[in-house]
Amino acid sequence: MEKILLRNVDAPESHTLAAYRSRGGYRALEKVAREMSPARVIEEVKASGLRGRGGAGFPTGMKWGFVPKDSPKPKYVVCNADESEPGTFKDRLLIEKDPHAIIEGTIIAAYSIGSHTAFIYIRGELAYASQVLQKAIDESYQAGYLGKSILGTGYDLDVVLHRGAGAYICGEETGLLSSLEGGKGWPKVKPPFPATHGLFGCPTVVNNVETLAALPWIIDQGAAQYAALGTEKSKGTKLFSVSGHIRKPGVYEVEMGYPFKRFLEEDCGGVPNGRHLKGVIPGGASMPVLRADEIGEVRMDYESFQAAGTMLGSGGVIVMDETTCMVKAAWNIARFFAHESCGQCSPCREGCHWMEKIFWRVENGQGESADLDLILNISGNIMGNTICPFGDAAAMPAAAFIKKYRAEFEAHIAEKRCVISASG
Amino acid sequence: MLPVLYLAQAEFGYLGTDAIEYVAKIMGVSTARVYGVVTFYTMLNMKPIGRHHIQVCRTLPCALAGAEKITALIKAKLGIDAGETTSDGKFSLLEVECLASCGTGPMMQVNEDYHENLTEERVTEILQSLK
Ligand SMILES: Cc1cc2nc3c(=O)[nH]c(=O)nc-3n(C[C@H](O)[C@H](O)[C@H](O)COP(=O)(O)O)c2cc1C
Ligand code: SF4
Ligand code: FES
Repeated sequence: MEKILLRNVDAPESHTLAAYRSRGGYRALEKVAREMSPARVIEEVKASGLRGRGGAGFPTGMKWGFVPKDSPKPKYVVCNADESEPGTFKDRLLIEKDPHAIIEGTIIAAYSIGSHTAFIYIRGELAYASQVLQKAIDESYQAGYLGKSILGTGYDLDVVLHRGAGAYICGEETGLLSSLEGGKGWPKVKPPFPATHGLFGCPTVVNNVETLAALPWIIDQGAAQYAALGTEKSKGTKLFSVSGHIRKPGVYEVEMGYPFKRFLEEDCGGVPNGRHLKGVIPGGASMPVLRADEIGEVRMDYESFQAAGTMLGSGGVIVMDETTCMVKAAWNIARFFAHESCGQCSPCREGCHWMEKIFWRVENGQGESADLDLILNISGNIMGNTICPFGDAAAMPAAAFIKKYRAEFEAHIAEKRCVISASG
Repeated sequence: MLPVLYLAQAEFGYLGTDAIEYVAKIMGVSTARVYGVVTFYTMLNMKPIGRHHIQVCRTLPCALAGAEKITALIKAKLGIDAGETTSDGKFSLLEVECLASCGTGPMMQVNEDYHENLTEERVTEILQSLK
């Protein structure tokens, strides 16, 4: 398979403008400047079938189309580089190794909606990645790809890099915008959507790093080339970050629709140490776990993961072998959500802490027989009753762990101890 | 707001009452507003921290890779618990959530530097190298 997103990452000095340009970089922007109107760019992206890679999978061209063309307000593009979904480390790779692809994609997006200021919101912990990205932005200004009258078109764009300060919820787009506005990263009720009421109340497009990084290739090679890859509804390629009990962890670029079992066993080398697969979370810690016996027919695209009862999400694949205690794994994830809830909605704020405590007591031999239904009840009461999808993201995996490994949870309660010896 | 708070934290070392009041004054907003922001973000510290701020990731992928052993070793070597600073002010230890290095866990961040694929030997070496 021809690489699209990872086409540059292994090249020497891939993060520099010189290397990027020598490999065809900024050719797409030149094409846009030379011959494409903003409307034409949006049509092209729609035709490519590209969907958002930040987790929700919303069609990118359609999202841009929602931005009002006649608004008197300034418009903004925000690149979401907050990558904090447990199990996900693909955006960091792109930022460190191919920052110019992200910048070029951001310029193309901004041009198409008529925005003159774009922000890249990078998570605060990524100090090295921030330095690389800032240097690339500076290079891009010097080369005339950013600033006044880009490539002589009369179109101006500034890109501002903004560092977060440690809060998972700032990855959620409205939490991110609140943070960028100078406050706590509190999500806002939708609708209205950012496309009409975003940053400082102005029309705003928020796109994930990987989504934006796919744009230069799409414009350069043409939407039809991109749409020829993948399945009917999931076009192109997607990055998957693979971690946990797997022989070859790392970031993989996969054509949508690739068989999941084959991916794990052949591409990633399977579970090491002669052990067996117990379960795998396919889309980051927010997504329901799949049991080993459930992955046989699953393909790596939005529809197939959904049909299997989970979601593609961020593509963070977390692999667990037979030595993993599923109660402890569920507790670990529940602790993450309890720690990261922003606290605005009571079902999420309280429910996440309750679930963490109950998982903890089951793991430590103090669980009661009613505890499992209690968690399912709490999870059910969070779902759909919160301001932002964080609530669902915390509730879904908790319920899935219990439903899929119920016997193991019950054994913990009956024997009043952890029944899995070498729990990770 | 965050860029200003980062500058203030670099200048004052941490964001105590003085720093918060100062930022509120120059930004023209209430102290409560700044306080709210500071308490929201984990990277903004309201207490002094050690010269070497060690943050070990504890989230599932790192936990599967053996993060607990790494944390236990650091606690034993430094004689402090997570959330504490050594009495000489040299080290602080914190357990944190996923730092986007899950494929190379266990991992920790010391100040701004990432250390990945940690083993007990490697951690011992790193601790010894920190002055
Ligand atoms: C709790 C939560 C956390 C999220 N974290 C991220 C993140 O770290 N990075 C990201 O790009 N999108 C994240 N998203 C998705 C964003 O809200 C948004 O959908 C995305 O940035 C839109 O870009 P896309 O259409 O290109 O995917 C998160 C969503 C939720 C509900
Ligand atoms: S669902 Fe949770 S994270 Fe989202 S706004 Fe409500 S309290 Fe905050
Ligand atoms: S789980 Fe440790 S870096 Fe992601």
